[in-house]
Amino acid sequence: MNEHIVKSYEDELKLLDRRIAQMGGCAEKLLVQALGALERRDPKLAESAVASDATIDQLERELQEQVIEMIAKRQPIANDLRHIMTVLKIAGDLERIGDLSKNIAKRAFAIAGESHPKPLMTGMRHMTEMVQAQLKHVLDALAERNVEKALQVWRSDQQVDAMYNSLFRELLTYMMEDPRNIGLCTHFLFGAKNIERIGDHTTNIAENVHYLVTGQAITDDRPKDDQTSSTLITVPHS
Amino acid sequence: MENSTVDLSAIERVEAARTAHLTAGAKPAKVLARDVNVYYGDKHALKAVNVEIPDRGVMAFIGPSGCGKSTFLRCINRMNDTIASCRVTGKITIDDQDIYDRSLDVVQLRARVGMVFQKPNPFPKSIYENVAYGPRIHGLTANKAEMDDVVQSSLEKAALWNEVKDRLQDSGTGLSGGQQQRLCIARAIAVNPDIILMDEPCSALDPIATAKVETLIDELRSNFCIIIVTHSMQQAARVSQRTAFFHLGTLVEEDSTKTIFSNPKDQRTQDYITGRFG
Repeated sequence: MNEHIVKSYEDELKLLDRRIAQMGGCAEKLLVQALGALERRDPKLAESAVASDATIDQLERELQEQVIEMIAKRQPIANDLRHIMTVLKIAGDLERIGDLSKNIAKRAFAIAGESHPKPLMTGMRHMTEMVQAQLKHVLDALAERNVEKALQVWRSDQQVDAMYNSLFRELLTYMMEDPRNIGLCTHFLFGAKNIERIGDHTTNIAENVHYLVTGQAITDDRPKDDQTSSTLITVPHS
Repeated sequence: MENSTVDLSAIERVEAARTAHLTAGAKPAKVLARDVNVYYGDKHALKAVNVEIPDRGVMAFIGPSGCGKSTFLRCINRMNDTIASCRVTGKITIDDQDIYDRSLDVVQLRARVGMVFQKPNPFPKSIYENVAYGPRIHGLTANKAEMDDVVQSSLEKAALWNEVKDRLQDSGTGLSGGQQQRLCIARAIAVNPDIILMDEPCSALDPIATAKVETLIDELRSNFCIIIVTHSMQQAARVSQRTAFFHLGTLVEEDSTKTIFSNPKDQRTQDYITGRFG
């Protein structure tokens, strides 16, 4: 694409891209920290995750201020307007991803004294890795303005949903087996739900990348597979 | 909260009703240009322009200086006839009537197609006479009372009446720039034209006068076909329903204003409106 005649406008758009890339990097790092904290029940790591979230919040505020100033000063239109507005919306999603990750990390404090059933953690880790990959791909799609890559992310969130369904059932089973597992499993359940929500935010970002590049919103219904809201497991009468 | 929702939908309904006829194909075009070429001597200034301009709406012509937008505007009331070296080929019709037909009376054409220029150019006469001049030379009124009515209604339509009603005999050149421009619009309206051409009507005005003229354009579009040439992207986006982008004598893209300013199809349009022409 040709550059703006006004160089400072071009510089501002580049700064906006750098800010959102930085926010994306922080969100990725925070998600890794959050899972590590939960897995190793490491309060120190949990603390650093909380601190990382504060950084993301600060970056979002700065980005938001820049966007408001640019709208007032440049009165952007067409692809510039889409650029600025989608970056603002993506910043909102990244901020939420930060919050959800922090929430996962904080659960490490609550379950510090509990023992972990190993297979449970494997499921959690697997699901987190899937979402981490999704987040990385969507941030790449944003940086490269790659619609195809964004659409891939958008379509594959279904797998995260499927993973969440099986984890949900597994956790319910553990709870039924032994009521002493309920405290731990509930924390894991919320953790898994948060990871599933992070997956949803990455698909939001994918939709925004699509709109940014093409000027068209994705109108199809996204393939979804989260069935947990209608899942019920009844306790057998002994 | 509930009230604002109701109000909003009412505004949307009114706007939809006002613009329903602008949907392509809904109604025959007011102005139709087919394969229009303009030459100034050897210079090929306008190349094969085809466009349909709907009635009761605002069409904006945008493009860099020298792109041919003003040249095309001046074809619509045959202002280019006054330039000796200028030659126009192709066909332009207004209400299906060929305006370059030999039998057509150019004076009558210009009564139907009013024009407002970049710099307000009131006659060095009273405010009253500025508006009365056109109806008088075209013999549109029978007596003083009728003329008074035409002057008043034209000044009212141009949103100037309240500001000048007590000093109609003062000179038109004594008004502020914004008032002078609205006086010129009143003068154009006075002969009851179908079409009003505006060549950068706000470029010599301050923001408040500009806002008043834009409000006026928005009101006038219910009754006139308005064509405006403007260098202000924001103004084109605000006042028009359709926009045509000209570049190097070619009409590059014509579409609804919403599409042109949110997601234009041609890269050149995108580059121009976002300030990327180098």
